[in-house]
Amino acid sequence: MTLLDFARGIGMEIALSIFALGVLWRLFSLLLLPWSKERSVKRADAPSSLVAGTQGFFRHMWPAQTSASMFVTINGYVFHIGLAIVVFGFAQHILFIKGLFGLTWPGIPSTFINIVAVITLASLVAALVRRISNPVTRLLSGFNDYFSWTVTALPVLTGLLAVGHYIEPYETILALHILSVELLLIWFPFGKLMHAFLVFLTRSETGIFYSRRGVDI
Amino acid sequence: MAEHETVGELLARRGITRRALLKYTAYLASVMALAPSASKVMAQALSETRRQSVIWLSFQECTGCTESLTRSFSPTLEDLIFDLISLDYHETLQAVSGAAAEEARLAAMEENKGKYVVVVDGSVSTKDGGVYSTNAGKTNLEVLKETAADALAVISVGTCAAFGGIPHANPNPTGAVAVSDIIKDKPIINIPGCPPIAEAIAGTVGYLVTFGSIPELDDKGRPKSFFGDSIHDRCYRRPFYDRGLFAKSFDDEGARKGWCLYEVGCKGPVTYNACATLKWNGGVSFPIQSGHGCLGCSEPNFWDKGSFYRALPADTGVNGGVVAGAAVAGAAVGAASAWMARRRKERAIEEAKS
Ligand code: SF4
Repeated sequence: MTLLDFARGIGMEIALSIFALGVLWRLFSLLLLPWSKERSVKRADAPSSLVAGTQGFFRHMWPAQTSASMFVTINGYVFHIGLAIVVFGFAQHILFIKGLFGLTWPGIPSTFINIVAVITLASLVAALVRRISNPVTRLLSGFNDYFSWTVTALPVLTGLLAVGHYIEPYETILALHILSVELLLIWFPFGKLMHAFLVFLTRSETGIFYSRRGVDI
Repeated sequence: MAEHETVGELLARRGITRRALLKYTAYLASVMALAPSASKVMAQALSETRRQSVIWLSFQECTGCTESLTRSFSPTLEDLIFDLISLDYHETLQAVSGAAAEEARLAAMEENKGKYVVVVDGSVSTKDGGVYSTNAGKTNLEVLKETAADALAVISVGTCAAFGGIPHANPNPTGAVAVSDIIKDKPIINIPGCPPIAEAIAGTVGYLVTFGSIPELDDKGRPKSFFGDSIHDRCYRRPFYDRGLFAKSFDDEGARKGWCLYEVGCKGPVTYNACATLKWNGGVSFPIQSGHGCLGCSEPNFWDKGSFYRALPADTGVNGGVVAGAAVAGAAVGAASAWMARRRKERAIEEAKS
């Protein structure tokens, strides 16, 4: 069995299984926890939880107006949107998803995808440099942050190397690309990447919490 | 046939001119990407050497490899290979049979000890002592070991001999293996393909005969001159791949326009062979040119890498049941841990009350 055979076969099965197990484990264990009772009295003009949660979620999509957080926000949008375009727009990735779920849609021209992937990688590097160079974020960062960054950046890097045939033989770099995605899938539920699911809960919950207390955010 | 005559003498006797030999060596030099000056050296060397003794063993195979080399309907350059070698044993091509054939093999081995080349097509059965493929009362395994013992080199022709091929495919009932799994102490050249390209067989044998040495090989034992580039590297549909223009089925507009066959399963990007440059049937066409994706037949285990029609990025068969089972297990573990947290909380409240 070659590395590519492993990556496309049993490796993918293991990674997807751990991903599914981990994500559902974390979601179920969190959502079925007992909710603590709100002991404060709700303000008279406070909106319903649904409205407050939605408002809170959208309000947090844009930061307070300081130049540092502006960079973090814009850069964050760049690599999040970039990742989405590359993952869901590249014809080869659509074939992968089609293979798994049978779903398909038209791809985006590969030249455009390549440009987006380069920008995404640059943006990820910028995020890392900002994290390391800023004393506060450096102090707050630990293994989880750096490893989550690594498993996100690796598939972009290996993908670019594979598409450009920069490393020969091609099957090796293709295998490494798939393996890097599998590493991401395995780490996803257990590290900070889980925010992709939890961000909806955490931001809405914060919105409800603040609105109940009349905190202007 | 004069046993000790040189290739030059034989060609002269057959009426083949030096010009034809030069044409052949120029052709060999070009397909093997040798320097143009090599053709003259090759022609000179060839005409002065004795014909190379070759013992061709056919094991678990379909004869497609021999067909590939001999299929020509008119004399071609590849046919000249049969003038360069003394084919002392070939079950399909030899006239003799039975004990006489086996004697010819043993005699050739004795006479050319340490100098003959063994060509093998077909995989070697090893299960139950190799009884699933025998010839003249001997298993292929025995014959291979016996014949290779005093050989100069072994050439594994076709994917079955090189990598086990179709007999080796899951569930491999005969315990089929590649020649290189059995023979460890001789130089082995692999010329895989199902079948291999005639020029690759002729070119490699020609090189061996001319230079008396093994051509440069890749990590899978294949001559780099024929297996150095992937099909995708040399495919004329590559511009469509680069522009993201793919046929979605074998009869859609993209297919009719000759777009890339990646989405309908082409394995060209991970297959190393010379089909895209040398092509088949005297350079007429090759599978991709005929509208079908590359199957990857010159790579190990090409038969067991998922469907030929499944695109390369797609998995080779993730078991949905296993993933669904993992998801259910995750949900159950999550629910159980939440339930335990609830229980802990309830107990803490009760303890606080009491
Ligand atoms: S048809 Fe196959 S080998 Fe040719 S460019 Fe497309 S993927 Fe590559």
